[in-house]
Formats: sequence, C-alpha cells, structure tokens
Amino acid sequence: MGRIILDKVTKSFGEVEVIPPLDLEIDDGEFVVFVGPSGCGKSTLLRLIAGLEDVSGGHISIDGKDATEIPPAKRGLAMVFQSYALYPHMSVRKNIAFPLRMAGLDKAEQEKRVMQAAEVLNLTDYLDRRPGQLSGGQRQRVAIGRAIVREPAAFLFDEPLSNLDAALRVGMRLEISELHKRLATTMIYVTHDQVEAMTMADKIVVLQAGVIEQVGSPLELYQRPRNTFVAGFIGSPKMNLIGGAEAEKMGAATIGIRPEHIEISDTEGTWKGRVGVSEHLGSDTFFHVQTEASPEPITVRTTGEKALEYGQDVFLTPRPEHLHRFDAAGLRIE
Amino acid sequence: MATKASRAAARLMISPAVLLLLGWMIVPLALTLYFSFLRYNLITPGAHPFVGWENYYWFVTDPSFKVAMVNTLQLVGGVLLITVVGGVIFALLLDLPMFGQGIIRIMVIAPFFVMPTVSALVWKNMLMNPVNGIFGQIAKAFGFQPIDFMGQIPLLSIILIVSWQWLPFATLILFTAMQSLDREQLEAAEMDGARWPSRFIYIVLPHLSRAITVVILIQTIFLLSVFAEILVTTNGGPGTASTNLTYLIYVSSLLQFDVGMGSAGGVIAIILANIVAIFLMRMIGKNLDA
Ligand SMILES: Nc1ncnc2c1ncn2[C@@H]1O[C@H](COP(=O)(O)OP(=O)(O)OP(=O)(O)O)[C@@H](O)[C@H]1O
Ligand SMILES: [Mg+2]
Repeated sequence: MGRIILDKVTKSFGEVEVIPPLDLEIDDGEFVVFVGPSGCGKSTLLRLIAGLEDVSGGHISIDGKDATEIPPAKRGLAMVFQSYALYPHMSVRKNIAFPLRMAGLDKAEQEKRVMQAAEVLNLTDYLDRRPGQLSGGQRQRVAIGRAIVREPAAFLFDEPLSNLDAALRVGMRLEISELHKRLATTMIYVTHDQVEAMTMADKIVVLQAGVIEQVGSPLELYQRPRNTFVAGFIGSPKMNLIGGAEAEKMGAATIGIRPEHIEISDTEGTWKGRVGVSEHLGSDTFFHVQTEASPEPITVRTTGEKALEYGQDVFLTPRPEHLHRFDAAGLRIE
Repeated sequence: MATKASRAAARLMISPAVLLLLGWMIVPLALTLYFSFLRYNLITPGAHPFVGWENYYWFVTDPSFKVAMVNTLQLVGGVLLITVVGGVIFALLLDLPMFGQGIIRIMVIAPFFVMPTVSALVWKNMLMNPVNGIFGQIAKAFGFQPIDFMGQIPLLSIILIVSWQWLPFATLILFTAMQSLDREQLEAAEMDGARWPSRFIYIVLPHLSRAITVVILIQTIFLLSVFAEILVTTNGGPGTASTNLTYLIYVSSLLQFDVGMGSAGGVIAIILANIVAIFLMRMIGKNLDA
C-alpha cells in the first residue's frame, strides 16, 4: 500500500549538498511528520519522495518497487502544496476531477468519486465555485479533495496549514487527523509548527541541515531526546539547557530540564533566582527566572493561579527524575 | 473596490484627460466628415459644392474597395495568427532556463525598436529581393527558382514583415504572463498525471488567455492601419493585390488628389474600425473582467 523507504538518498543543488546521505523507513498507514528549522531541507525531502526533484544519489522505494526513476505521476502519491496550487480557472468540481480526467476515467465514475470526496470534506455546496471565491480553509479542503480522489498510496503535505489563521488551523488539524484515521493511508506531513507535529504524528522525524537528528513517536522525542538539538526543538516552551558548573556537578556537559519539571518556591530550593517577565496564559503561567545557575533566564511553568512579583526572589528545584544529561558532543547520557 | 463615491471621484479625476483627448479627436474628425460631403479635387480648382453621399457611393462601388477590405482582413488575421502562436512559443522558450538568457531576451525584443519603414526596406532589399536577397541566394544555392516575394506573393510578404515587427510585442506580453504562472500549479498538474500537452492546454493556455486577449485587442487596432510597410515595399501592387483600406484612402486623396473621396474612405475606415472594436470587445472582452 504505502510503504516508503529511502536508502542513502542525497540531494545537491549545484555545489551545495542540501541532504547528505539519509535513510528513512515509513510504514504503511503511518502518519509521519517532518519537523525542523527553516531551510533544513524538509520540503526538498518531500519533493524528492514525490519525484518533483531528482535525487543526486541513493534510492527511493515505494511498496517494494524502486521508484527512483519513476516520474511523479506514476508513483501513486498525492501532494497538497503550501499554496494549495488549485487551478484558478476551473470550478471546484473540475479541480477535484482533474486527476481522474487525466487518468481517463469515464464521466460517471469521475462524478461519483468527486461527490464522495466532496461529502467527506463538506464541499458539496461549493462545487460550482471557482477557487478565488472560497475562503482559505475551503481552498485547503479542495486541495485535499484533489488528493484523495486518486486514492493514492500516500499523501504528502507541505506545510498545508501555514496560510490559515490560528483557529482554522486547529480545526483543519483535527480534520486531517480524522481523515488519516478514516482512510488509514500513509501520510507524510511537513511542518515547523511543533504543536502540529506533536498532536498529529505517529512518528516524528526531526531534521537539521538535511540530517535526521532523531526519529520516534512524539512522546519518545519529548521524554528521551537523543541530543541537545532535539531537546531544544521539541516542547513548548523550550527545554532549559544549562551548561557550566551546574552541569559538571551532575557529570554532564549540558543538563536539560523542561519548564514543567521545575518546582518554584519562595523559601527554599536548589537555585536562587529573581523573577523576570511572567506570561499568563490563563491555564498556565510561565515565569522567566534569572538565576546564578545559567546566564540565560530559566523558564518555569506553573498553574495559572500562581502569581509572583517582578523582581521577587524565588528558589527553583528541578525534579531529578526529569533531568536530561548530555555530553560534550551534545549526545544524551543515559 | 468600486463604491459609488469612488466611481464618481474617478470620473471627475479623469475628465480633463478625456476632454483633451476628445477635442484632439473631434476637430480632425469633424473636418474629415465635412470634406467627405464635398466635391473637392485638388486638380480642379474653384468651388467645392456639397454633393451629399456621392463620394461614399463611388468609394464603396469602386472594385478596389472590395479587394482592399479583403486584404485588410487577411493582413490583420494573418499577422494576429502568426504573432499569437509565435508569441506563445517564444514565451515558452524564453521561460526555459538557458545560457545567456538576458541577451537572448533583449534580442527577441529588438525588432520592436526598428522603425516600420526601415524594417520593411531591409526585408524588401536584403532578404526578399529575388536577385540580391538572402532568400533568393539560398534558393539558388539549392538549385531552386528564387521567389519574387513582392511580385508573386505581395500580401503574404507584407504579412511576414509586419508579423516580424509585432512578434516582440506579443512575446513580451505573453512572456510576462508566463512568468506570473505559479510553478506549484504546474507541479500539481504533473503529480495529477497531466503530461506536457495536457499541462499546456489545461494550465498554461488558460493562464495566458487574458494576455492573449490584450495582445489581440491592441494589435488589431494598430494593424487595421498598416501603411508604411506597404508604401515602401509594394505600393499596394501589383495592381491592388496588397492594397489595404488605409492605402486605398492614401491613393484616392494623395495620388488622385480627391480630398472628398479620401475623406469618405476615412470615415468608412473609422466606422469599420469601431465595428471591429465592438465586435472584439464583445467576443473576447469577457476574458478581461473575470
Ligand atoms: N532549487 C534550489 N536551488 C538551490 N538551492 C535550493 C533549491 N531549493 C532549495 N534549496 C536550498 O535547500 C535548502 C533546503 O530547502 P527547503 O525548501 O527544503 O527547506 P525547508 O526545510 O522546507 O524550509 P522551510 O521551513 O522554510 O520551508 C535551503 O537551504 C535552500 O536554500
Ligand atoms: Mg518548505
């Protein structure tokens, strides 16, 4: 169905190697999210899988067949672009039917499949409109509709929600997850929003400069980051990474502690500090506390009721069972 | 975008320009209309009596009028066909990544900067002349009888010359449109299984349709009045084989010195041009307000 294996895939644009040799296995039916900072090669990797870019080396196999030389249309994958890439002069109906028309399906079958897709995506009322007459969320759904009618082996999404406002993003996030549960088709999803990554993925692939830093389930990545990059990248607000004397005391080059794993007290604790900016989100409050332990302020997460004055002296205590230790190369010490 | 107030303001703002243009056009138009009803020949001095529709009658019933009409349509249609098809092809080619792109683009635009008379003369003497012209030499080198372009296929020759002048314009407009085509749309179509011809028909052409409309509208207006190219190459001949309406008017008023007749022809040309313009606007103007 949709098992995709990348074997030592590389990609260079001219002299610049964007993706050094990379191995990755994606199982059938999995929801895989690529995350990483801007410019790390997420889109490039996705386009390599889609066949829109040629690999510079290595092999891509889809369902056991070597697909490296197969043109994009023949790979049986469907892609949803960041800009949606709808055909502006065609109605929604024609947009969704386009891949079927190209495949030479007869009119009745086309119509049937378009109606099915439209029902799944709540688009039945908009079938005769042009993309220009739709809202962002509706356009997004048309783009997904165009992808699902082909019944592809896998879906590829390139930051599909980044053009939507926050509320709509939450809604579409749920819809895509729902769609994945229903279709049980492999999905590869590129994002740099880590809430999307954490909530939607079966498996997260963290990339930096074309290199896979870690692959794992969202909770694995959260609980046992393999190195300081993943530790700092996954989780919001970010994990506090502390170097220097404090880390040496615990036999590491760097120690990491998440904001939610620090106790804050007025009277006693490991690190003495002074409260800086506090951010009240209602459900949570984040305090940025300046301590002697590190030059950077340490972020602490508490319940929303907690209130502290700016400049007040406090004590912080990291919970030892949640401390992460990393060596000089940034790798995790067990 | 257009509220009532903003539309009223817009009208007010452009009214000086419109009035100026109107005055600029009204005076010569009124004079032409006036002359067209007089018997006014420069060779026969004296009174210029009012003769009603006589000039129109003689102009329209002249056998060369019908020929000129057909020639005008063929000229406009032929040049439009060549420039639009050629322009689309050039736009596609220029859009490809290639070596020396900047220079090639400038070279493609260059013919537009050459004056019509100059380019027509160059074509006539350097390229199409059966004895000295390059085409003639090539034909001879391969053992063929050289074609006498201006003698045997005068109208086609003029169509070729005028097309050469207008191709850059079409290319430029279509190329700009081509560059505004979203690459992701083409990639999406590729993923959807559309091969090159389908991508061209379903994605590229619809995207270019608006630009093609602009090219057709603007060129038609200019092509209806092609004159210099005919004057310096065939003089409308042989016979009336390459005479278009504009050239026929020139013949009546400046070669036969019949101001009245020439004016009548001018008025007919204006009416025809307006009919064509309305017709075109109706037919393809729809494309513009989508
Ligand atoms: N066609 C190209 N030619 C040259 N370099 C390119 C090309 N496409 C991408 N790159 C480079 O490859 C690197 C990875 O780009 P890519 O688009 O994959 O990043 P990304 O992870 O998707 O980033 P973002 O989150 O900003 O979308 C970037 O440094 C970019 O400059
Ligand atoms: Mg990207």
